Parts: sequence; C-alpha cells; structure tokens
Amino acid sequence: MGIQLYLYLSAILFMIGVVGVIARRNAIIVFMSIELMLNSVNLTLVAFSAFLGDVTGQMLVFFVMTVAAAEAAIGLAIIISLFRNKQTVNLDEINILKW
Amino acid sequence: MDLFTIVFYFLAIITLGAGAVVVFSRNIIHAAFALLFAFFGVAGLYVLLMADFIAITQLMIYVGGILVLVLFGVMLTSQVLDVQMKSGTIQTFPAVLVVSALAGTLVGIFWSTPWKTTAAAPMEVTAAKIGEMLLTSYLLPFEIASVVLLAALIGAALIARREKNA
Amino acid sequence: MYELLHDLLGDSLLVYVIGAALPLLFVLPFAVVAVLLEMKVSAHMQDRVAYMYTGWHGVLQPVADILKLLQKEDTVPAAADKFLFRLAPFLVFMGGYAGFAALPFSSAYIGSNIDLGVFYILAVSSLAVIGLMMSGWASNNKWSLFGAMRSVAQIISYEIPSALSILVAVMIVGSLNLQEVSKFQEGGIQNWIVFGGPMPLLQKLLLLPFTITAFFILFLAGIAEVNRTPFDLPEAESELVQGYNTEYSGMKFAIFYLAEFANMFLVSGIVVSLYLGGWTSPFGDVMSGPIWSFFWFVAKGMFFVFLQVWIRWTLPRLRVDQLMYTSWKVLTPFLFVCIFAVGLILVL
Repeated sequence: MGIQLYLYLSAILFMIGVVGVIARRNAIIVFMSIELMLNSVNLTLVAFSAFLGDVTGQMLVFFVMTVAAAEAAIGLAIIISLFRNKQTVNLDEINILKW
Repeated sequence: MDLFTIVFYFLAIITLGAGAVVVFSRNIIHAAFALLFAFFGVAGLYVLLMADFIAITQLMIYVGGILVLVLFGVMLTSQVLDVQMKSGTIQTFPAVLVVSALAGTLVGIFWSTPWKTTAAAPMEVTAAKIGEMLLTSYLLPFEIASVVLLAALIGAALIARREKNA
Repeated sequence: MYELLHDLLGDSLLVYVIGAALPLLFVLPFAVVAVLLEMKVSAHMQDRVAYMYTGWHGVLQPVADILKLLQKEDTVPAAADKFLFRLAPFLVFMGGYAGFAALPFSSAYIGSNIDLGVFYILAVSSLAVIGLMMSGWASNNKWSLFGAMRSVAQIISYEIPSALSILVAVMIVGSLNLQEVSKFQEGGIQNWIVFGGPMPLLQKLLLLPFTITAFFILFLAGIAEVNRTPFDLPEAESELVQGYNTEYSGMKFAIFYLAEFANMFLVSGIVVSLYLGGWTSPFGDVMSGPIWSFFWFVAKGMFFVFLQVWIRWTLPRLRVDQLMYTSWKVLTPFLFVCIFAVGLILVL
C-alpha cells in the first residue's frame, strides 16, 4: 500500500477542516475544525515517517500535539470568557472591532 | 484484499465520516462527540503505520484532554438542557471556492511528485527512540514545549477566571 | 498466546477476534462473583446476612439478578438524545475492557505484549470519561448531567496522582510493559516493588518509604477513578438520585454495572502488577509456573477488590472541595517528592 493513499486521506480530512473553519458560525465548531486540520497534518507526518523509516516525523507530531493541547486550553478559555461577556459564541455577532 | 487494507479503509471511512459530522452537523454536541471517532480513527491509522507511541499519545492528549475540554466548552456556552443546540452556516460560497482551489493544488502535487520511499525495516520500538531523541538532539524544543504548556496553563486559568468585581 | 492461536487457526481475522474476546471469559464470571462479594461482605459488615434463599447461602442470587435484568423493559426517555443514549454504556464498558488487553494475567498470558502497557491503559481509560459525559448529557436529566460532570472532573483530577504513582514503579523497573514489570519482581515477597524491589539492601531501604507511599496513593487514586466510596460523588444517591445512570434500565444499566466491576478489577490489577509482584509467587520458586501465576494474580486482584468493598462500607463520602483538595494539594505534592527522591536514589 503506497503513501499516496495516506496523503489523499489526510488531504480530504484537511479540506473538511477548512470548510468548517470558513463556513461555520459557532466558534467552538471552528475550533474543532482546526483540531481536525492539525490531525490531518499529523497523519501526513506519521505516514512520511513510516515510509521513510525515520522517527523525526513522529517527533514533530509529538510537538504538534503539545502545542495543540496548549491551544485547546487557551482557545476554550477565550471562548468561555467571550461567552460570558457577550452571551454568544457566533463569530458573525462578535464584531466590535469591525467598522 | 488483505486484512491490512480492509482495516485501512475501515478506519479511513470512520475518520472521514466523523470529520464530516463534526463540520456539517447542526447539533454542536453531536459534532463534539463525532470528534471522538475522528480522533479514534486517526489513532488507528497511526497504529497501522507502526507508530504505537504516537497512537497512544493521540488517545491520551486528544481524547482524554482536548475533547473533554471541548465538551466542557460546549456545555458552558450553550443552553444545555431543553433547548436544542443549533448552529448555522455562513460564507458557503467562499468556503467552496477556497476548498476547490486547495483540492486542485494538493491533488496536482500528489499526482506529479515521484514520492521517495525506502522499504526500511518496520520500526520496532518507537517509544524508546523518541525518548532518546527528546533528551539528546531535541532537548531544547522539549524544554520550550514544557514552558509553553506552563504558560498556557496559567494563561487559561487567568482568562477563564471570573473577575471578582465584575 | 497468539502463536498458539495462529498455529491452530492460521492467519485470519478469527484469531484476533478470539484474542480480543479472551479477557471476557474472565470479566463476566468475575462480575457475577463481585456482585455476590459486594452484597455478602457489606451485609456481614452491618451484621446482616443478605441473600439466603437462592442456592446455598444465596450464591445463585447474581445469576437470578442477571436473568431479571435481561427481561426488564429497556426504556429510553422521550426527551433523550436516542442515539447517544444507546451508545454511551458501550463506550464506558469499552474504556474499562480495553485496558484488560495489557494486563498480564499469568507468566504465559498477556493479551497484547506491547512495550507501552501502562501508558496504553491510562490512555484508553479516557474513553470511559467521554462515555460518561455522553450518558449524562444524552439522558436530558439534570441529575444525570451533574453526576457526569462531577465524575469527569474527578476522574481527570485523579488521573494525575495515579499516573505519577505509576511513574514511580516504572522508574524503578525501567519498562512500561506490565509483563516485564512482573518479571522484574520475581523471587519472593521481598522483591516486590512495595518493599523496594530486587535492589541491594541499602538502596532497598532508601526506596522503601517512597514506594510504600506511592503504592497507597495509587490505590487511593484508583478507587477515585472508578468512582467508589469514599469518592462516589457522581452517584451520591442523597443528592443526585443515581448520577449519570439515573435514566438507564435493563441491560444498559447492567452494562454500566459490568463496566464498574471491570474497572474495579482493572485498578486492582494495575496496583498488583506494579507494586505487589503481579503474577509472581510470594514464596520465590515455590508454587510458580503458568497456572500458579494465574492463581496468584487473580488472588491478589480479588484481595484488592475485597479491600475496595471494605472501604466502601467503612468510610463516609467526601465533599467536592475535600475531593479536589485531596487530589491536588495532598496526593500530587507527595508524589512529586516521591518521584524526585526515587530518581535520586536510582542514580546514586
């Protein structure tokens, strides 16, 4: 089984994530879509690491996961404090900085 | 088809199906729980690629950490009981545009690149190798990652905390 | 184990299915015994006699209970999220059952001999957390939701002490594979990691206080992770009816119970494998071998299950703030000291 299969799979997953980021209103769904995109990138890295016989790719995935965990904590904290102040998490209603 | 291929397609369908539910479901809670299956499918694919350490870390960090945070986030920002949690869609046209451009580019690249792969022996113990590399050539990134996590911890607690006189 | 199955059946899907189902042969009878144990032990502790009619001293009562649960109507609340409501019990059970794959039942049998054994068990148990949240939310009942939220907060808090105390034993052995950890402790009771492991005498004496502390904390955190008294806030019946499984009936309720008992044994199994020699015999070479080692593992595991029942009927329930205080301000700092000290002693 070639590496292309994994690449196509993670490309499709990435594009699903892109659709979510652009088209959804809810900040949490946008957030989940970003996690999907990160996962697809990780999958690509692991696939290359396996097909090249080099652990460095998995190393990178490890760091991506660390940053994703940090991002999840901060991102959700921001979303929750946003909700507390504006009673909404719909991104098109959060427009104070827009004019 | 051998067992390996069947398992690959099975996991691929789970991952993509769950991913589609995450993005297209109108119910936020369903989207959040679908994320579980997407993460699980990706972890299964890591196992197929002989990356056992990464697969288990995926379960630990994404399912045990991030997904629980997301679920708490959903429940804290929505009317949980009685009211249906719906969420709409905006900017459908730009989304389609961007995605089709992206898809064209990626498929073109995949098609035209001659991928180099070595028929290397399957890596037996990835955890030991990763641990060794973390404490030798990747020591600095490893330490910086721990500082990032500490900063995120303090920052998240600070941002999400209810202000006393507000 | 898999070699044997491969020889018998060839390389087919059937091998993996049988391999995955093998621990079920242990879990289901164990659940029946554990139900009886729980009832009988609690009754005798309170000066009652419990079941006496079905069979000799009521030993057939769990079977009768199971038959009753099988026949009961399987109700789904009208306002519940039907799909998630049906899915949740299976996820909860899966989280517990998947852990059995890395538990060394005997010197000859471990479900999957992977290098990352304990780490894997810690990771898959997070599936149960999601299952609990799913059941709490899908029930569309505020008691269920509160119970699930409490349960999740509790499990996540206690994952830290349990992971750290596992780390203490793992540092001494130098392997995450529970089979290796058990092998390391062979040679009698004095080689168990609670008593310092098979080290030179001085090192052993230095390690002793820290390993004992870590052992107790692991057991405590384990009880908290399976939501048993004194940490059973999620099911506090005086406040929350029955917690996250309030709305469940019939077989789904039975699956929640099965998951709880499977988790009880899983926690005991981890404690036993890491600190009490796993399947090794306490008398050195006497009474060892694959069959005896299975006996020792199950006997030690059952002792800890009994201990959990004993604690349940002895101690009152903690308050939420006490629960969090115990985890974050008592157990975790103690374990940091343990890890630091054990590392220092091992380097010296």
